[in-house]
Amino acid sequence: MILVVLPTHLRTLALVSGDVQIEVQGQATQRSVLDALETRYPMLRGTIRDQVTLERRPFLRFFACEEDLSHESPDAPLPEAVASGAEPFFIVGAIAGG
Amino acid sequence: MSGVRVLVGTRKGAFVLTADGKRERWDVSGPHFAGWEIYHLKGSPADPNRLYASQSTGWFGQLIQRSNDGGKRWEPVGNKFVYDGVAGTHQWYDGTPHPWEFKRVWHLEPSLTDPDTIYAGVEDAGLFRSSDGGQSWQELPGLRGHGSGPSWQPGAGGLCLHTIILDPSRPDRMYIAISAAGAFRTDDGGKSWRPINHGLRSAHIPDPDAEVGHCVHHIAMHRARPGVLFMQKHWDVMRSDNAGDSWQEVSGNLPTDFGFAIEVHAHEPETVYVVPIKSDSEHFPPDGKLRVYRSKSGGNEWEALTKGLPQSDCYVNVLRDAMAVDTLDSCGVYFGTTGGQVYASADSGNGWNPIVRDLPGVLSVEVQTLS
Repeated sequence: MILVVLPTHLRTLALVSGDVQIEVQGQATQRSVLDALETRYPMLRGTIRDQVTLERRPFLRFFACEEDLSHESPDAPLPEAVASGAEPFFIVGAIAGG
Repeated sequence: MSGVRVLVGTRKGAFVLTADGKRERWDVSGPHFAGWEIYHLKGSPADPNRLYASQSTGWFGQLIQRSNDGGKRWEPVGNKFVYDGVAGTHQWYDGTPHPWEFKRVWHLEPSLTDPDTIYAGVEDAGLFRSSDGGQSWQELPGLRGHGSGPSWQPGAGGLCLHTIILDPSRPDRMYIAISAAGAFRTDDGGKSWRPINHGLRSAHIPDPDAEVGHCVHHIAMHRARPGVLFMQKHWDVMRSDNAGDSWQEVSGNLPTDFGFAIEVHAHEPETVYVVPIKSDSEHFPPDGKLRVYRSKSGGNEWEALTKGLPQSDCYVNVLRDAMAVDTLDSCGVYFGTTGGQVYASADSGNGWNPIVRDLPGVLSVEVQTLS
């Protein structure tokens, strides 16, 4: 199981109160994690990545194991600690004031 | 017992304001979708409990929410807006070609007869329709494809399709408006479109009376007289008596003819309301006085409505979709401000009271009259 930490607005939208656990078939990559996340929570489609291009939305970032994975290939394997569920996969909204 | 439900979209969520037919005591529900921009929400004329809302942020993009119980509970429906075919280009601010890119839904217009059919006006300007209650959306490509699309240029707020008017007497006729392309009409249910901007003059474009390129801010129509249209253009208040084929200016004695909102009285087709704004560089009322102007003669002769509205130090704006009327016997008029006030008049604008004073900036106001 992979642990995914959603930003507050997406937790509200997905009707979850905390972190979510996602079962991924095969290798854990950004794409496979997001595919599984959107399958389980279809209301999140389009909010993390574009529905057509599947590109990450510009004001979101993907963090894990104290690294910014946002610019990694969506098909690159996630760190083993994420794949094993020891460390979470963070989906983070850019900080903006005002 | 009759009543009204006022649907308010704001910069930080949606609010539902309800009252009985006296419109004196209000219940305020919200924020719904707290923290999200709600550009517009509107109820189905065919089923008042069916509401649709456009919810978006720069972070998470566009969502469409639907309620089946008058706004108590909501569920997200389809949010996939894909332009038909090759999207092509429109003009960018500097005049260069720019690819069409979906950004947000500005306006939702439910069908007059079917709660599951709804139109969406989007930025970059396009018109979409759903016939399954918002689950899926298809573009009506005839609008962007009618010929002038590549020359459309965004206004300061973006290239947005912000006005959709359905003709109750001719189901295949529809009007839309785009900033800054102008007004368009279809007579065949959205298959083909033509610009309806003859008579508009706009000094800020190279050809002031061009067929397209006008920054139309909003259009209003009375249901009983669908061939008569009233328009608040960037500058100028206009009127058409032939379904938009030609327009005449009716700004008359307004203190300024810049503005965004325009609305028609529910029972008097010649009574029109606007909120004059000082200028395109100063988006607030002239002299710090918030005044609604009413014409009972279809334009040209306007009277200031001030009772209950701040007449000093008021520097809010009233945006294009932020004014509406109810259909009770004594027509109610409502508008919201960028300062977060929603004002209501239960007597056709003679006197005003704030329903709420401290909401986030108001983007849209719609009213449902409930029986």
